[in-house]
Amino acid sequence: MKLRERMTGESLALVGLVLLLAFLPGLATTFFVNFVMTQTLILGLAASTIVFLAKYGGMTSLAQLLMFGIAGFMFGNAALDGGARGLKLGWDPWVAVGFAILVTTLVAFVLGAIASRTTGIYFLMLTLVYGVIGYFMFAQIVEISGPGGITNIQRPELLGPPVRLYYAGLVLSVLAYAGFRVLGRTAFGLALQGVRDDPVRMASLGFNVPLHRALAFSLAGFVAGFAGLLSVWWNGQVDPASISIGPTLILLIIAVIGGLSSLEGAWLGAFVYVLVLTYLRDLPLIDRIGITEARFNTVIGVIVLAIMVLSPEGLTGIVRRLRGRTRGGDTADAAPEPVPAPGGSLPVHTTQKELGGTRP
Amino acid sequence: MNAAVDSRSATSANRLASLRRPAVWVATAAAMAVAAWVLFLADGTPAGAAVDDPGTFLVTVLDSVTFAGLLFVAASGFTLIFGLMRTVNMAHGSLFLLAAYVAIRVQQAMVGRSRNIDPADVGMLDWLVPMLVGAGVAAVLGLLIQQVFLQWNEGQEMRQTLVTLAITVVLADQMLREFGGLAQRMVWPGAVTHFFSVMGERYAATRLFMLGIAVLVGVLLWLWLTRTSVGMVIRAGVDDRQMVRGLGINIRRVFALTFFVGSFLAGVGGVLGASFAGAAPGTDGNWLLNALVVVIIGGLGSLKGAAAGSLLYGTVVAFSPAYLPTQYSYYAIILTFGLLALVLVVRPHGLFGRAT
Repeated sequence: MKLRERMTGESLALVGLVLLLAFLPGLATTFFVNFVMTQTLILGLAASTIVFLAKYGGMTSLAQLLMFGIAGFMFGNAALDGGARGLKLGWDPWVAVGFAILVTTLVAFVLGAIASRTTGIYFLMLTLVYGVIGYFMFAQIVEISGPGGITNIQRPELLGPPVRLYYAGLVLSVLAYAGFRVLGRTAFGLALQGVRDDPVRMASLGFNVPLHRALAFSLAGFVAGFAGLLSVWWNGQVDPASISIGPTLILLIIAVIGGLSSLEGAWLGAFVYVLVLTYLRDLPLIDRIGITEARFNTVIGVIVLAIMVLSPEGLTGIVRRLRGRTRGGDTADAAPEPVPAPGGSLPVHTTQKELGGTRP
Repeated sequence: MNAAVDSRSATSANRLASLRRPAVWVATAAAMAVAAWVLFLADGTPAGAAVDDPGTFLVTVLDSVTFAGLLFVAASGFTLIFGLMRTVNMAHGSLFLLAAYVAIRVQQAMVGRSRNIDPADVGMLDWLVPMLVGAGVAAVLGLLIQQVFLQWNEGQEMRQTLVTLAITVVLADQMLREFGGLAQRMVWPGAVTHFFSVMGERYAATRLFMLGIAVLVGVLLWLWLTRTSVGMVIRAGVDDRQMVRGLGINIRRVFALTFFVGSFLAGVGGVLGASFAGAAPGTDGNWLLNALVVVIIGGLGSLKGAAAGSLLYGTVVAFSPAYLPTQYSYYAIILTFGLLALVLVVRPHGLFGRAT
């Protein structure tokens, strides 16, 4: 009963948050909307695919930024009809969108199929290798990019004004969030969680375990592709440096800040990241203690270290724990779920619990 | 090659089953096709077919073996730490780069110049001492990381991985602050910087020196692991940690020692790498990648796998630019990916790996 109240309470809060975000352009400064919030939504959308894979599939992927980048590069190659670099196909922007998403999803399926028989740490390392090899491919193969990347990429006319890009990010984020939540309750989503918890049993029940993993990975690639498109429209360009190992780690770190076990944590993590990135230099006296904006990565790294030491479930885990403490009530109910340890070394929340309807 | 490795580690029943698997056939066919291409067909490539130009072929083989030596040093520490402690130390690349920077500083201090150091001014000690100092610093820092951040969450693989990733980001940023963004180079000792000829091709002796150091490291590591009692405990720990604990051995001390040695190896690799190709921001990521590729191919936690993985990966890295048609040599990186895919399709946990 109590659980049910909390569920509806949380859904109400989320709806309220989305409404607030929908009216935000009227309430906040243009800079905040077009810079901070748009970037938050783009990065959050990309990071949510990491959380989706970790939470439902038990796979911690470091290849999501590669998917993000592939979509951007493919759009740039297809949409540009002039300039110095790329294939210069000169297609209609919406055809280019379809092309970019299609290629990204196909690549994700192939990479997912190769990685599908590995799990845990091995999967993480392999996807990191995917990411870095992908970076080198775009940096070296001059036909599709080369080290300088592709510049002067226009967004479709529909998304001309910056605020429309914000709304596109918002709509896609809401769709992705709701889609992932709903998917968790479908037959495929439940099978995927079964695969996460006990692949051997699922295989003996007749489920094709590698296929489920590969399909989940391609779905995550599909969504990350949209984030990549938003990013290339926001930046007007795409270059290999933006998908190198540093940004790859940063995207994982965003997911970790929010908490790898909660979808909304992805956007929360992105918000914290963009806030620190944007406003760190404005903090009074911050340069006195040797932290300038050039030392931004140190700050982010220390934040992540602190979070990992305090609570492996990220900020949402801390929030949940604090809320449990202030209520002082049923600790079992308020106790944070363990992080879904894809390494398989922690006792993870079981499918039974997911089915039982505790916070998924 | 893959089928052969397969058959050695499997029982005869498994061997029959694995031979029937199409993936093994695919891998064998791919290996034979590549061999045929390199030996007889490779026209229009920078190197030319091996039968026409054996000198270039031999040089490429030397390139792959010497690079494999460097890869082995970097990957052996990584895989040693994982093998015993089940810790994926993502900061391995950072330790590698830190050792390189420190060694370069020490070398500059010893030679007394900060730029344009000529190999002739560098004596053997001006290279060995900085190497030991750099590797020592990496080893101490590695030990610190293990004691402060990893010891108390033992067994939580993903958490340890994320912690070391965060450390990587911090270290990379701090090294950028301390050592700047420009590429620096460790200078080989003058005694080994000369060329000799291999079937009419010039070849740098420094690469053989590098291989010699790597072989020495490998032999010492092997002796340590197989001939000493500590090594025996470590090997037992790789196989069955609970049993080692149960025997009343102080596994904490063994863990600390392993991390120290693994980080030291990262440092040695870093100094070799900085002498071979220089050190700059980003080198840490590249060498983490190299170590990862080697252990993914060879199998995480296996020294034999690190050796096999280094050789295979070194071969692909050396051969693909030389034996791809000239206009496609930019695409060499794809072959790295092809190797990875091929090995994983045949053996998802690497050549010598075991499912964990």
